[in-house]
Amino acid sequence: MKLRNLIRPIAAAAMLTVALASHAQQNRAEVMHWWTSGGESAALKVFAEQYAKAGGTWVDTAIAGGPAARAAMISRVTGGKPPTAMQFNTGKQFDELVEGGLVTDMDDVAKAGNWKAVVPGVFMDAVTRNGKVYAVPVNIHGQNWLFFNTAVMQKAGAKVPTNFEELFDALEKIKATGVVPLAFGGAKNWENLLFNTTLVATGGRELYTNVYAKRDENAVKSPAFKKAAENYIALRKYIDAGSPGRPWNDATSMVISGKAGMQFMGDWAKGEFIAAGLTPGKEYGCAVVGQGYMMGGDVFAFAKVKDPAEQAAQKLLAKVLIDPETQIKFNAKKGSIPVRTDVDGSSLDACAQQGMKMVKDANRQVPDVNLVAPPALVGAMTDVISEFWNKPEGLKVDGFIAKFAQTLKSTI
Amino acid sequence: MSASRSLRNVPAAFAMAPAALVVLVVYVGCVLWSVWISMTNSRILPNTNFIGLKQYQSLFSNNRWDISVVNLALFGVVFLVTAIALGFLLAILIDQRVRCESLFRSIFLYAYSMSFIVTGLVWHWLLNPTLGVQQLVRNQGFENFKFDWIVDQDRVIYTVVAAAVWHGSGLVMAIALAGLRGIDEDIWKAARIDGIPTWRTYVSIVLPMLKATFATCFVLLSIGVVRLYDLVVALTGGGPGNASEVPAKFVMDHLFERQNIGMATAASTVMLVTVLAVIAPWLYIQRRRSGNGANA
Repeated sequence: MKLRNLIRPIAAAAMLTVALASHAQQNRAEVMHWWTSGGESAALKVFAEQYAKAGGTWVDTAIAGGPAARAAMISRVTGGKPPTAMQFNTGKQFDELVEGGLVTDMDDVAKAGNWKAVVPGVFMDAVTRNGKVYAVPVNIHGQNWLFFNTAVMQKAGAKVPTNFEELFDALEKIKATGVVPLAFGGAKNWENLLFNTTLVATGGRELYTNVYAKRDENAVKSPAFKKAAENYIALRKYIDAGSPGRPWNDATSMVISGKAGMQFMGDWAKGEFIAAGLTPGKEYGCAVVGQGYMMGGDVFAFAKVKDPAEQAAQKLLAKVLIDPETQIKFNAKKGSIPVRTDVDGSSLDACAQQGMKMVKDANRQVPDVNLVAPPALVGAMTDVISEFWNKPEGLKVDGFIAKFAQTLKSTI
Repeated sequence: MSASRSLRNVPAAFAMAPAALVVLVVYVGCVLWSVWISMTNSRILPNTNFIGLKQYQSLFSNNRWDISVVNLALFGVVFLVTAIALGFLLAILIDQRVRCESLFRSIFLYAYSMSFIVTGLVWHWLLNPTLGVQQLVRNQGFENFKFDWIVDQDRVIYTVVAAAVWHGSGLVMAIALAGLRGIDEDIWKAARIDGIPTWRTYVSIVLPMLKATFATCFVLLSIGVVRLYDLVVALTGGGPGNASEVPAKFVMDHLFERQNIGMATAASTVMLVTVLAVIAPWLYIQRRRSGNGANA
């Protein structure tokens, strides 16, 4: 009896779904991505809505966790049933798919939209292979922000630092008040990010690119690199004993609650401050120490497909993703900034506006390490950096430099 | 074996064929394939650019791999000994016809029902020096109390052992208890008549009779040792630094996050060879023993 009552609505729903599906196959695009957290999925919804507005049908395939999602995408592509579009971090993650001829280029869309004139150089380079554009960049995430609790800073009498000398000065002052000066979540990738932040701030953009993009041994053995390594390890004096293994957002909570003074983190940390009801520029502030603004982000690449209808959907999607209106709406939710320099960012928060200003200055643009080095190399360097950070008395600065140079050379 | 018997086996062999085929093609085939891939420079997509043993060279000069292997050996030995010893001890205590036996049994076995991820997280919070036991004791007035093994490079692997023992000893207890209950009452009576103290009866008579039970526990736990991964991810994330890295995590990280299939398959091949090197002599001995038994 009960069963029969159930069958009818289910059948009706199934029929309706079939009818809807066959009706709405117009520009159907299946998009694979890993944006599953609250803020992320809200931002993604902007894409889906804008795409629907342009006459497309968005089919969402979300897989939590970047590595897991990328593994699934690659098995779909190599298995011959690729999704329409796939998310990657800006950088070298999809290099081999391009080499293998598994990704469609979007060169004509890029030319028609004149991306070259509006997207920062390092980001155009990051999506261009052999002179052709192979992916759509959608956002810029600043990686080397310093977030600080304004009240803690004021109580300590510390100034917002602009270089590492001022940073150490501020950290000392905060330490004197009995608060943890630097909140830190000790996971490998954050140890790596903190090192690269220090390297850019101490050694400058050129040293950084010589090290990671050119794998130049002389750069690693230069005095500036040594200074960066010393600065990096000096930061250890200002973290607390509970930092190893702490999630980055717990470290952010320490800054929010005033248990800690500052934290180095990418601009995604803003989400935590916003969720706690704080306003940037008021209860907390943000600054970039040093000149270089380290930028990463996300791109969407399009698998090679045979169906002409799906090819048309890919082109439409590419156009929608980088459209100025989409860019503003999306990045306001994501916490990142638009990948185009020609949009009006006045509706974004104070930190984002500061970021947009830096992005416009070509001298301050520094690519995130993933933009210039393949994942295997980034991973190998991360292991070395992590070993040094966690046992500085073991390797010592010179041992670290030697090992860094050797790993840079030997990684396949 | 007579002809009629082998004829009778035909349907059975026929029924087994699909399973055997799956094992052969899927399991052995994939193993061979990953050995082949480990000799190429594959990164994100498997390719066929043969580069000989370069991946192995780079693997063996990799500090993190060395640490992982040493950690696994250390973990394996300490964990197996502690978990089996503790499990048997618990079983013996429960075997004393204590009150509320089933309650204790459930409590001890309960840990085993947790996933490694949950176990890892709980212990992570317990051991965190600013959040867990250390802080708790300090709040009681013992300001200088220190218990920070989880952030200590040299001791962190023992926190993994502790969590794993907590998780696994309940299982050993359950199996051991079943074994103890299987011991004939007459043996106990005979020992009592001879005036042998209880502890001596356990050590010299009962436990040697439970050899098969020991072996079961050993095999079950050993499998967990080789594939130790999720507990480390949840408990320490391999840190601080590389201090609690293990081989399975090395493989997983290189396979997906680092897009270095060549290196990952090289590492898993080394793991496989190591496991085979341990198992093969053991299988050989077992074989010979059972062969002798049949002759006798």
